[in-house]
Amino acid sequence: MAHSPVAINPRWPGGIVAGLVLALTLGTLCAVALRAEFQTVLGAADWAAIRFTVSQAFVSAAMSCLLAIPVSRALARRQFKGRGALITLLGAPFLLPVIVAVLGLVMVFGRNGIFNDVLGFLGMPEISIYGFHGVVLAHVFFNMPLVTRLILQGWLAVPSERFRLAASLNAPIGRLIEWPMLRNILPSAFLVVFLICLMSFAVALTLGGGPKATTVELAIYQALRFDFDLGRAALLALVQFGICAVAATIAWGITSPEVSGAGFDRAVQRWDGGVKRDVLAISLAALFLILPLGMIVLRGSSALLSLQPDIWQAALRSVIVALCSSALCTVMALALALRAGRLVAVAGVLPLAASSLVLGTGLFLIVYPYISPAKLALPMTMLVNAVLALPFVLRAIAPAVTKIESDFGRLGASLAMSKGTWLWRIVLPRLRGPIGFGAGIAAALSMGDLGVIALFAGDAQETLPLAMYRLMGAYKMEAASGAALLLLIMSFTLFWICDRGGRVNADL
Amino acid sequence: MQKPIILTAAAAFAMATPAIAETPVLTVLTYDSFTSEWGPGPAVEAAFEETCGCDLQFVGAGDGAALLARLQLEGPSTEADIVLGLDTNLTAAARETGLFASHGITADLDLPVSWDDAEFLPFDWGYFAFVGNKGAEPPTSFRALADSDIKIVIQDPRSSTPGLGLLMWVQNAYGDEAPAIWADLADNIVTVTPGWTEAYGLFLEGEADAVLSYTTSPAYHLIAEEDDSKVAWPFDEGHYLQVEVAGKVAGTDQPELADKFLAFMVSDAFQSIIPTTNWMYPAVTPQDGLPTGFETLITPAKSLLFSADDALATRATALDAWRTALSQ
Repeated sequence: MAHSPVAINPRWPGGIVAGLVLALTLGTLCAVALRAEFQTVLGAADWAAIRFTVSQAFVSAAMSCLLAIPVSRALARRQFKGRGALITLLGAPFLLPVIVAVLGLVMVFGRNGIFNDVLGFLGMPEISIYGFHGVVLAHVFFNMPLVTRLILQGWLAVPSERFRLAASLNAPIGRLIEWPMLRNILPSAFLVVFLICLMSFAVALTLGGGPKATTVELAIYQALRFDFDLGRAALLALVQFGICAVAATIAWGITSPEVSGAGFDRAVQRWDGGVKRDVLAISLAALFLILPLGMIVLRGSSALLSLQPDIWQAALRSVIVALCSSALCTVMALALALRAGRLVAVAGVLPLAASSLVLGTGLFLIVYPYISPAKLALPMTMLVNAVLALPFVLRAIAPAVTKIESDFGRLGASLAMSKGTWLWRIVLPRLRGPIGFGAGIAAALSMGDLGVIALFAGDAQETLPLAMYRLMGAYKMEAASGAALLLLIMSFTLFWICDRGGRVNADL
Repeated sequence: MQKPIILTAAAAFAMATPAIAETPVLTVLTYDSFTSEWGPGPAVEAAFEETCGCDLQFVGAGDGAALLARLQLEGPSTEADIVLGLDTNLTAAARETGLFASHGITADLDLPVSWDDAEFLPFDWGYFAFVGNKGAEPPTSFRALADSDIKIVIQDPRSSTPGLGLLMWVQNAYGDEAPAIWADLADNIVTVTPGWTEAYGLFLEGEADAVLSYTTSPAYHLIAEEDDSKVAWPFDEGHYLQVEVAGKVAGTDQPELADKFLAFMVSDAFQSIIPTTNWMYPAVTPQDGLPTGFETLITPAKSLLFSADDALATRATALDAWRTALSQ
């Protein structure tokens, strides 16, 4: 073997991106630490917060993954009307601003929600959404659809020849094909969800029911805002990175490389499995997704058309930021995926483990001596959103890149393809689906993000989530629900366009 | 990839500077909802710019606590000339930064308590109160609330200024018995939210019978929505005050404009904007009085307020007691 297939890929762009990610995550932490006077150590309350944070993140991630398996399996096996729409809809909860999703969930599962109305009608006792289980429920609502999409991609990436062969030999599909695929995809999906939940702040506190549900991110907020104790904030952020490092090491240890087998690059047709079970899984998942979303739509529709012009301007600004940050993120993810290796794996996880409060504060400290942060609000938001979405987009693209290398690398090497030809003729056309999905996620995530913009924004740079939050802060809940619906529609449209664009001519 | 964007922004900034330099700029660092389109910001800006011959610029930064943190991050090199929106729970820490100069203004303030602070001048105030729906029999004290089945939603004192206000309220009214009150309140609390917005949203969704807010909150629903169904509950212990203040940054490059703004702040033009935009009581009652609707609000018989130093000194222990009581 004169060439390994990977040698065809350009490596330097991935190196630059990895450096940028390190600078924005660990670099900003250093910027905060440098300004700090370290005088505090972690107290009993901090340890309690760490324990709660890790346990709720673990349970949330486990539940999200367990529930996603039957749903994605059913979606991979069944063809039905509206399947495409449902798969697109899976992207929706993940993209919602936290407060909107929480209110949507409360309208369904709250004390005054539909679920309790039904229970009351049936003469059954009321359930409460507030507590540990409420936090898990919300996190599953956010993340189970994401895991479903990630596993679904793995399921559909299995060449149909293998299923056909297994079926004709009457071999156990589960043990031979599905289990290895899951072992390849699940640990990393689990890790992603675990880290998202690790950083949870508003969801955990609002639905947690009290200070028992204190997360590390809340402790960081308190340290940064109320106590102005940068040292404590830096220390707690370091704890988050530590937890992330441990979790990542375990997850990577469990992951086994997929048993590779090249196929003819066609979609799957399956004829195994129980129809009833699949129908049940799909219906329950759809109901769980659609009810809260439907409530948001119902609540906001009357206010949608009477929204002030300012809100539409904010919406336009958000779309521009989202498109730029999505383009940036997709290019960065592609660069990382083509480079591969340990450094890239680390860069693909670090943004998830970075406290957005510390990141924003560090960035503020770095930028402030040179230029007024308000002047950089939108570019900063674009950049930070792109980096924060990177792990998700990378997860969508990287497995496909690896597969293309293993399937077509020998062909490329034997034809002595140039790097350009390899990229344009072989890699990119096959990446359309994952790139579309990834770009859609990045755009919609950026659309709904309230992170850095809140710290940097001046007067004239209001984005839609910020405008919505300001409406709520001014008692205008009605108008805010209209803005929330607008945000939902726009995030979703962006996601849909990108995702569809990638799936044209595809069976996905 | 990010470099061109930053460079473009830097270039735009460099080009924009000479144009702005012609009229003096007064930068006011304030909380987000003050500067939002629905807050007092736009009207205040228009009114002040009519007379000052300057460009008044608001910089919004989260809530009151975020405001102080922002100032501390920026330090002495801050561009802010005025900081507007701290409350008495934050003024002691703000004073300790040494970034504030005395305001030198003597105004005839209409506060329920006497006010004497060289650095911080009030611009509005309000009473914390539980706001519920009309019709139900309201509790008349924390004790009565704790003994009832009434469900409330409150804010976290570690991330929200109203949450901190409630902590101080119970502490001020009950002193050493505060932890016991919290322990008894635990089963009335549906949940604790990170900020006012989430709590008020949950209350309006019907998740709780009442929410911690202000005695002036029903005025919003009455005046802006013609909805008289919301009422604040008067408590026998008295109600804790939130006094919102502004201060002049010592290192300001516009000291005269800053003084002018502070004088304007306690004048009619500014004060008459406050009631129906910030939904608080103006620090100086305007000549035309309060807007119609405000006369329907409850007026607590007793006003509670820690001095700035006492508030800072009590906070840590009160917070520990709160967390312990509610974590059971």
